[in-house]
Amino acid sequence: MSINAIFDVAGSAMSAQSVRLNTVASNLANANSAASSIDETYRARHPVFAPILQNAMGDGISDDPASQAGGGVQVLGIVESDAPLDQRYEPNNPLADEDGYVYYPNVNVVEEMTDMISASRSFQINVQMMESAKTMAQKVLALGN
Amino acid sequence: MAINFDKALGIYEDTLLIREKRAEILSQNLANADTPGYKARDLDFKSLINQALEMKSAPNMNRTSAGHMSTAEALASDSSLLYRTPMQPSIDGNTVDTDIEMAQFAKNTMDFQASLTFLQSRFRGLKGALKGE
Repeated sequence: MSINAIFDVAGSAMSAQSVRLNTVASNLANANSAASSIDETYRARHPVFAPILQNAMGDGISDDPASQAGGGVQVLGIVESDAPLDQRYEPNNPLADEDGYVYYPNVNVVEEMTDMISASRSFQINVQMMESAKTMAQKVLALGN
Repeated sequence: MAINFDKALGIYEDTLLIREKRAEILSQNLANADTPGYKARDLDFKSLINQALEMKSAPNMNRTSAGHMSTAEALASDSSLLYRTPMQPSIDGNTVDTDIEMAQFAKNTMDFQASLTFLQSRFRGLKGALKGE
């Protein structure tokens, strides 16, 4: 029954969006965490989304439309941003290195806020979709009464 | 004059199958609204229902090719799936327009319930005939 598949699809999307919201929370929380070297500094994290292929034969990029019919969403991994870190001259900061510099994360707060709104809207849509699917399934079960 | 389920239920059985499959496809589109490179899919209700009607109107037709499929088979084969033409394509190659998909999903749910109501009334008719009321 395809209605059951909707629950899986919406569920996978909800979990993917919550991973995204989690990275946003982590990025915003650490937006001002200074460190004394480039290696130790927090870098902005972003999830990579990809469709779950229902019948993934081979590489999944073939031209056959049947193999591209998508299922839900999966998070392939979390990548750290390569954007340059924010180097500031703060000789009074206890974390400053010999030259008086501290490093701040490359988190773009504006970008994170828009990402947060987008993630929560997408989550809501999937909740609504699940609600509709539930109603549909209940009506089918009541058929013939 | 025997009661024939196939005749009694008519086309509503097929419409219900198509609506159900369409709900699944639209839910996949919405789930992948933020996936880079995802192409939105949909199925053509009209062509599928015409195919089902043809099969119903000519029940004695023989299947001479694997391409002659019942509605359930056509839905399972994915050959009925089409790609949506994007109105506002995005830079990451995703063609899902959440507003359009959401509206279509809501409409599809309504249509599904309509088909279900019709099917329900057919069952009521059968019950009435059996009880002789």
